[in-house]
Amino acid sequence: MGRLTVADGAVEEPAEDEPSLHELLPDGADDPVAPRVLPWLPATLVERRPETASAATLVLDAPGWTGALAGQHVDVRLTADDGYAAERSYSLASPAGAPVELTVQVVDDGEVSPYLTLDMEPGDHLELRGPIGRWFVWRPGSTRPVQLIAGGSGLVPLMSMVRTREAVGASTPFRLLVSARTPADALYDEELAALTDVEVTRVWTRRAPEGWTGPVGRADAATLAAACFPPADEPDVFVCGPTPFVEAVANALVDLGHMPGRIRTERFGPTGS
Amino acid sequence: MAIVSRGFRGRRTEDPRLPPGQYLERGFPVLSAGPTPRADLDTWTFSIRGADGERGSWTWRELQALPADDIVRDIHCVTRWTKLDSHWRGVSLDRLLDAVRIEPDEQYVLAHCDGGYTTNVPLADLRGGQAWIAYGYDGGALPPEHGGPARLLIPHLYFWKSAKWIRSLQLLDHDVAGFWERLGYHEYGDPWKEQRYWGD
Ligand SMILES: Cc1cc2nc3c(=O)[nH]c(=O)nc-3n(C[C@H](O)[C@H](O)[C@H](O)COP(=O)(O)OP(=O)(O)OC[C@H]3O[C@@H](n4cnc5c(N)ncnc54)[C@H](O)[C@@H]3O)c2cc1C
Repeated sequence: MGRLTVADGAVEEPAEDEPSLHELLPDGADDPVAPRVLPWLPATLVERRPETASAATLVLDAPGWTGALAGQHVDVRLTADDGYAAERSYSLASPAGAPVELTVQVVDDGEVSPYLTLDMEPGDHLELRGPIGRWFVWRPGSTRPVQLIAGGSGLVPLMSMVRTREAVGASTPFRLLVSARTPADALYDEELAALTDVEVTRVWTRRAPEGWTGPVGRADAATLAAACFPPADEPDVFVCGPTPFVEAVANALVDLGHMPGRIRTERFGPTGS
Repeated sequence: MAIVSRGFRGRRTEDPRLPPGQYLERGFPVLSAGPTPRADLDTWTFSIRGADGERGSWTWRELQALPADDIVRDIHCVTRWTKLDSHWRGVSLDRLLDAVRIEPDEQYVLAHCDGGYTTNVPLADLRGGQAWIAYGYDGGALPPEHGGPARLLIPHLYFWKSAKWIRSLQLLDHDVAGFWERLGYHEYGDPWKEQRYWGD
């Protein structure tokens, strides 16, 4: 554990080489930021854009939305006509500061994701609250190389980072490793293919596209070592996806010598057990 | 009038044990800021400290030798899932706190974990049979991704307060915000009052 940098210096711990989570807190995170109550905002669906057979991007008009940092999420609330409500979290796919776009992947038998992805029509309403999460975020001011590693719909907040980098014209070195089951499950395929100075590595876990010569299967240590910035570059690493994917990748990165404190994770969904 | 989402029905597993805004989850999702740390049980200790230094410390064996409770509680994650009747095993914090000196003005606690994670809790919430150092889950050892070898267990608060990979408790005479608490999450985190974010 490193030393904790709280405002009053009350907490002392023996220092080690590695920065603690607290030393990595973004500037301003230590400020006693005036707690701002996050209101529920009514939002209207402007457009539903299919991304795959089982995922869609929702473009929402939410008056009062003040923008977000790349990587943040919102809470979404659906209310039935008799008042029953269900709430879930969704990452923003849009770049920092932009209007709200969410990309939702259907979870079979899910309560919320099938409605958002398949049933909702332009003009329909939901409520949202955010932005939430100030840890799994990338700020364009940072020049440290950025390694993004996505499994399935975990690509969504990482795409917001890629789009933010493009939008502000940042030259921060970015690499992206994307794991998907099959080409039919791949999100944002054309947009990723069109990226010129972000190195994109593909991992197919079940079936690869025609003409693919690489292996088919889960991202292992060798794939990660070949695709990622080396530990010596001290990249900021963002890993997002299903819990087993994130566990396996984060463990392998630590084995490869990446500093645990520089690996930020966001996990969607349950563990097997 | 609430904003209605046309055609939305929902699953309607309304249960009096579900706090507002939560849904019932049968699996066990994981929320962590970074990789799962690795612990060496031969050198592992759990300690309680004050401004003047250590007030008490237990090795892994010493902790295991203390009388333990089997605990069945509902747990509520701020990311909206609730898991009913989760089974834990661990040592009551009443027992550990009673074993150390605590000054009358030390009413706040900052929990420290492997990996540098912290969370703050009022001392009162760790007393009265409400909190444990848990090392067992569902009849076995607590899996690392769920906080093993040992985590705080404070089921009456949102689950991020039940800090994984716990290593020490720091007694303080004033409240110091922990990790998520400085990143926008509520300082106390009562699920029944929906204290999710700052200002809730
Ligand atoms: C911070 C955060 C950001 C998120 N961002 C996104 C996002 O950008 N896009 C997105 O599609 N989802 C995202 N999610 C997941 C999302 O919040 C929901 O969990 C998901 O849409 C399932 O909700 P549901 O109501 O359809 O399913 P539920 O009714 O909640 O679940 C049905 C069953 O599926 C299981 N399940 C739930 N989620 C998953 C999963 N991801 N994979 C496999 N099984 C699952 C449950 O255990 C349950 O048994 C995010 C989650 C978090 C915590």
